[in-house]
Amino acid sequence: MGRLDPLFERTRGEGRGALIGYLPAGFPTVDGSVDLLKGMVDAGCDLVEVGVPYSDPVMDGPVIQAAAETALKNGFRLRDLFTVVEAVSAAGGQAVVMTYWNPVHRYGVDAFSRDLAAAGGLGLITPDLIPDEGADWIAASRAHDLDRIFLVAPSSSEERIALTTAASSGFVYATAVMGVTGARDAVGGAAAGLVERTRAHTSLPIGVGLGVRSGAQAAEVASFADAVIVGSAFVTRGTDAGVAGVRALAGELAEGVRSTPAPIG
Amino acid sequence: MSEQQAVDPRQDPHAQGRHDPDTKGHFGPYGGRFMPEALIGALDELSAEYDKARLDPEFTAEFTRLLRDYAGRPSLLTEAPRFAEHAGGARVFLKREDLNHTGSHKINNVLGQALLTKRMGKKRVIAETGAGQHGVATATACALMGLECVVYMGEVDTQRQALNVARMKLLGAEVIPVKSGSRTLKDAINEALRDWVTNVDTTHYLLGTAAGGHPFPVMVRNFHKVIGFEARAQFLAQTGRLPDVVTACVGGGSNAIGIFHGFIDDADVRLVGIEPGGKGIDTGEHGATLSEGTPGMLHGARSYLLQDEDGQTIEAYSISAGLDYPGVGPEHAWLKDTARAEYRSATDDEAMAAFQLLSRTEGIIPAIESSHALAGAIKLGKELGPEGHILVNLSGRGDKDMDTAAKYFGFYEES
Repeated sequence: MGRLDPLFERTRGEGRGALIGYLPAGFPTVDGSVDLLKGMVDAGCDLVEVGVPYSDPVMDGPVIQAAAETALKNGFRLRDLFTVVEAVSAAGGQAVVMTYWNPVHRYGVDAFSRDLAAAGGLGLITPDLIPDEGADWIAASRAHDLDRIFLVAPSSSEERIALTTAASSGFVYATAVMGVTGARDAVGGAAAGLVERTRAHTSLPIGVGLGVRSGAQAAEVASFADAVIVGSAFVTRGTDAGVAGVRALAGELAEGVRSTPAPIG
Repeated sequence: MSEQQAVDPRQDPHAQGRHDPDTKGHFGPYGGRFMPEALIGALDELSAEYDKARLDPEFTAEFTRLLRDYAGRPSLLTEAPRFAEHAGGARVFLKREDLNHTGSHKINNVLGQALLTKRMGKKRVIAETGAGQHGVATATACALMGLECVVYMGEVDTQRQALNVARMKLLGAEVIPVKSGSRTLKDAINEALRDWVTNVDTTHYLLGTAAGGHPFPVMVRNFHKVIGFEARAQFLAQTGRLPDVVTACVGGGSNAIGIFHGFIDDADVRLVGIEPGGKGIDTGEHGATLSEGTPGMLHGARSYLLQDEDGQTIEAYSISAGLDYPGVGPEHAWLKDTARAEYRSATDDEAMAAFQLLSRTEGIIPAIESSHALAGAIKLGKELGPEGHILVNLSGRGDKDMDTAAKYFGFYEES
């Protein structure tokens, strides 16, 4: 059983996609990120992804790069991540962490997993860790009962989708387009095809991320995926309009994921 | 060391042997692929193509022909007796990679990967560059083979190395100054990876050093093994023996790994890499990754890394743009841990003294990168004494560094 299974049972039961919102911990400050994340949960995010600001975010576009830089300049330390996750959990939210692998490796994979679980975190999304290199994380996630959310991409072969989904729990993260994070006008046509290919290998829920920024896009993605993942757009709204901004966006997206029926998984 | 190999790697740099990583690219606990899934397909494609090419006599013949007829190989081995007087009287020999077309060892790897790019049917090449040597070499190979070329270069480096920016533009490449992070080589690699993940169908990332996700470390190494193979034969021919020590500068580590592999099975030959000590190790402003770093992941592989206790990369510093990098190729990490190679550092001041010394004693202006190896050779020579035989990889020429040197030595104020 994955830690996130009840969440997806509920959203599937409601015949809709889940809304997942991303924000880096410590952006713009540790306390500020807690306020933003709580606002996102309160206004309709079923799950939040708490990002770890990292010095070399090669999968991120300019918006999240800048947010990570702000967080680090404002003194973010890795231990603050657990404070943020704990605060979100205490406020009734559900949280997973999204992180490049080196900070986890440096902290110690087992110690990181232990402290994340203790803070109430439910799993890890690992954009630069593939299952092939993930033996210690797979062991630690089992020991500490955390979900392992690996990524599939439009360029993934059938063989790699099979390998990746077999190693995953909770949900599978499908990157909608080939590229870095950032809001786009159109979510690639590759996304629906990738979700379909991935479903052939797993009954796990599939979340689609990269590029979604509007309620209409959320509705479109929710018509073929189990979860809609929104990152850069939350960072931009948080930068421009603070808690009110992220709440407004979460509300719009939450409406979007409810406006079309989710596929039968 | 046993000699039980099916193929003698001295005759074929691409033959598989016991110094190769495992099938997933691991050198002991180092290497591998800490990369986004979106790029794994491209790495698999590159691995498959390289594995076919390395067994294909036509590929090897074409690569060898280009090295000879275009790059000017074999490069010379030059004894440096007047320089050696300052190195404890040991005999010092220079492997003259500075005499290659485009002025450094970088051309070896670039020609190999450009040929692979064509085999894969890709039309666009991206590259990162620090000092500009790899960027110039890549732009050159792309001009030769009719490939579109985009080079990412940290904004700080575009200023330090303006001449090389002009060379790349003249060769038809687009040079994109990178304004994120420390605005140096590390950030240029980040930006190139972002481009690659977006354009991977049409684009080959022509990585310039023996780092990154598998197969780059082993492939780049193999393209540079020619340095070590030539040097070993030349050294034997000129002296009737092998050197006591082979030394080379280490930033990402490609020239060092290339020359080291000519001698890796010669257990009595010491392999010494010289890292950039910057303003001094104790100032914290340096790029001595193997000497001062800890294991971690950067740019796709597990290796040593300059990082803080949270795993954030610490910015490197060196007067030499080509060594100003907080990571290092994974095979060097393995050679360090297994004690097959040693790693030391030379400061900016030591490197610049060696830069001037070689210029004035031998009439050879070395790259500031390579001057770190020369500074290492001066110390090694003093340790070995007059009986010592030292081989230095003179990985590049110093024309590109004249502005830095003129400022360092105050030439502009004198005029």
